[in-house]
Amino acid sequence: MKLNFHKNHKLLFGVVFWGFVFLSLIIAVFPALWVQQENEPLPASEPITELERKGMKVFINEGCVYCHTQQVRPIAMDENWGRPSAPGDYARINRPSVWRQTPAVLGSARTGPDLTSIGKRQPSAVWHYMHLYNPRSVVKESIMPSYPWLFKIVENPSKDATVVSMPGEYGPSNGKIIATEKAEALVAYLQSLKQVSMDAEASAAQKAKADSIAAQAAKKKIDGATIYANNCASCHQSDGQGVEGVFPPMAGDPVVTAEDPTDHIRIVLYGLQGVPIEGTEYQGIMQPFGEMMSDEEVAAVINHERTSWGNDAPTVTAEDVAKVRNNDELNKIQAEE
Amino acid sequence: MNKPSAVLSVERPLTVEKAKAEERIDTSPESVRLIFSFIACSAFWLVFGTLVGEYLGLKFVWPELDTISWLSFGRLRPVHTNVVFWGFLSQGMLALALYVVPRTSQRELFSYRLGWSSLGLMNLSVVLGVIALMAGINNGAQEYREFIWPIFALFALGLILVAYNLYKTIADRNVKEIYISNWYILAACLWTIILVLVAYLPGYQQDGISQTVIQGYYMHQGVGQWFTPMVLGLTYYFLPKLLNRPIYSYSLGVLAFWTQMVFYTMIGSHHFVFSPIPWWIQTVAIVFSVGMIVPVTAGTGNFLLTMRGKWRSIARSYSLPFILVGVIFYAIVSYQGTLEAFRSLNKVWHFTNFTIAHSHMSLYGFVAFLIWGGVYGLIPRMTGNEPPQFAVGAHFWLALIGVLVYSIPLMVGGTLQGLSWIAGESFIESVTLMQPYWVWRAVGGTMMFISHLIFAYNVWKMRPGNRIETAESTNS
Repeated sequence: MKLNFHKNHKLLFGVVFWGFVFLSLIIAVFPALWVQQENEPLPASEPITELERKGMKVFINEGCVYCHTQQVRPIAMDENWGRPSAPGDYARINRPSVWRQTPAVLGSARTGPDLTSIGKRQPSAVWHYMHLYNPRSVVKESIMPSYPWLFKIVENPSKDATVVSMPGEYGPSNGKIIATEKAEALVAYLQSLKQVSMDAEASAAQKAKADSIAAQAAKKKIDGATIYANNCASCHQSDGQGVEGVFPPMAGDPVVTAEDPTDHIRIVLYGLQGVPIEGTEYQGIMQPFGEMMSDEEVAAVINHERTSWGNDAPTVTAEDVAKVRNNDELNKIQAEE
Repeated sequence: MNKPSAVLSVERPLTVEKAKAEERIDTSPESVRLIFSFIACSAFWLVFGTLVGEYLGLKFVWPELDTISWLSFGRLRPVHTNVVFWGFLSQGMLALALYVVPRTSQRELFSYRLGWSSLGLMNLSVVLGVIALMAGINNGAQEYREFIWPIFALFALGLILVAYNLYKTIADRNVKEIYISNWYILAACLWTIILVLVAYLPGYQQDGISQTVIQGYYMHQGVGQWFTPMVLGLTYYFLPKLLNRPIYSYSLGVLAFWTQMVFYTMIGSHHFVFSPIPWWIQTVAIVFSVGMIVPVTAGTGNFLLTMRGKWRSIARSYSLPFILVGVIFYAIVSYQGTLEAFRSLNKVWHFTNFTIAHSHMSLYGFVAFLIWGGVYGLIPRMTGNEPPQFAVGAHFWLALIGVLVYSIPLMVGGTLQGLSWIAGESFIESVTLMQPYWVWRAVGGTMMFISHLIFAYNVWKMRPGNRIETAESTNS
């Protein structure tokens, strides 16, 4: 009678309560405590700066995590986003204040792209400002919200203000757009999102594993159009027309359509900035892709650019790319001359 | 109540004969007032929360709908989820629990004052939470615990008062046995108190991904150890009561109860399959997700066997169809959840819109429908005022067709998203391919929202006042 769940409410609800406490300890609290004790930043990682921390706060307050993940899963379909995420990647994130908990940057939905390495994929601040002010100014199909409240419209921007110039239809009719402190912090945070190497010396076993992954990746079909869409289209646009005054067009560009592909290969490998094209100045900064792409991939994307949007220039091979890559010093000297 | 009606004509089960262990005690005016107030608040938050949801759905189709910070997607999304959680569903089911627990304990509620305090605290918490979220103040964007702790503490206090109130009611019951509904209802309160404490206490979730371990545990059980056991407990009362037939098997209910407690607690981390949290936690979660087949099959089997052969009574009632739909959705979403946990399928569906479909089928198809069944089964019999039959039918069909039109396209689209990523297509492909499915979602969402306006109207029609003393109360 006493030990009867149906009649003894103290027994029933005591078991319900303490049983759940016990289960919670073994499945949540103790594992969390253990993970916290093991928490160690990767040796190659840098501490988060004050500005980046502010940017992370904007990122969290605006709810960016509801559409963007920051976790690369150890499965083939996630290889585009980087190497598999490790606990150490998040080790420098901690509780910002007594009022708020540690930010949940891992995310749970990929309505927008993963941001684990957005700082590597898209290092250009100009692009980020334009994209935040109106995402459709750089990615036409985007459904991301615009964040005009992170910017101000002023008549005469001061000298040290970050002025954002938007192509005609997307900008205000009067005045100039300047980035607020919040926008500057957010962009600094986004630029800081880069995976660093796991550790300095890989063991033989890890190396073998990495080699086999690399071999598998090599077997993957290389498609210039997909590489272009993933890496180039956000600035140069999917129609190859670029963005006026910021990112030059690919269609009809003198370098892209030149008989000699050397300059084209060099720019993809090493990036470019501040060089006027046919008398037009462009604000954007082109990042180097040499580290991110194999010779085959560079050749594929260059050939896509040379044969699309009305372009009809001679194509290149992986060997051509390798020649330029291996002639690093020579190229630089030539460029200086 | 004596008006003849086409749908609820001759046989009205509740008024014909009482079910086992349900000695009828006259409902006091105090309890009618308290319970109806909970329902009214719940209906208000339903309309508000789903208006926000509807607006968010439209933003997928027209991203430039507005450029006001307080109305931006990232700020309104947690407003939608938290309002339907803590405003609509929590208060709706507590209203019914405040009836079921005293009734099955054959006494009055322990304290009406505590009941009113709970209602006040919970609503204050939701109001402040909504304002804070829209102003861009959240708790680290931790899903379902987005209210910062000073605001959520109000809700937690309200919850503790409810649990104490219900416990005291059960402890001083006038029957020997604790009816199975009360197991589920009070357990849901106790578990959620622990859950909220674990979710908000500092110390073990400060650095790195330690918070992710807690988040898996919390976000999962915020749904499954609060809403699930509570509405199941309510159904163990309302289904046999409205059908005028005892539950098929009491023991199956007990089996489902204990397996729910042990298995469900272990599976939260299946929301983080393939994430950098320890692999063994993910594996434990997947294994116990399969274990969930036991309580789900026991629960739905029990309910369906109780309904067996009574389909005509269900068709005649305006509350029972809601319960039937809720039970069916309970089975579907639970089995679906087990499938989603398998690594092979998780790969395709994780991070896609499939998850959105799943969460709406569970909280709406399952939880909300069971609550509505209880509200329509109970409130007219407490206040003596019935809602218009046509309006209840319109609510039912718009909500049911709405949630199907909402979730089926999202499941199809979500699967295509996952396949697009696996095929290695450029990311923007997975955005553009979703466009038609998002339009369907908006259509389904609109139907659901209209049904909520009708529900709010029905609640108004069922309000206390001009109470007609009928044979209903003397009959039983």
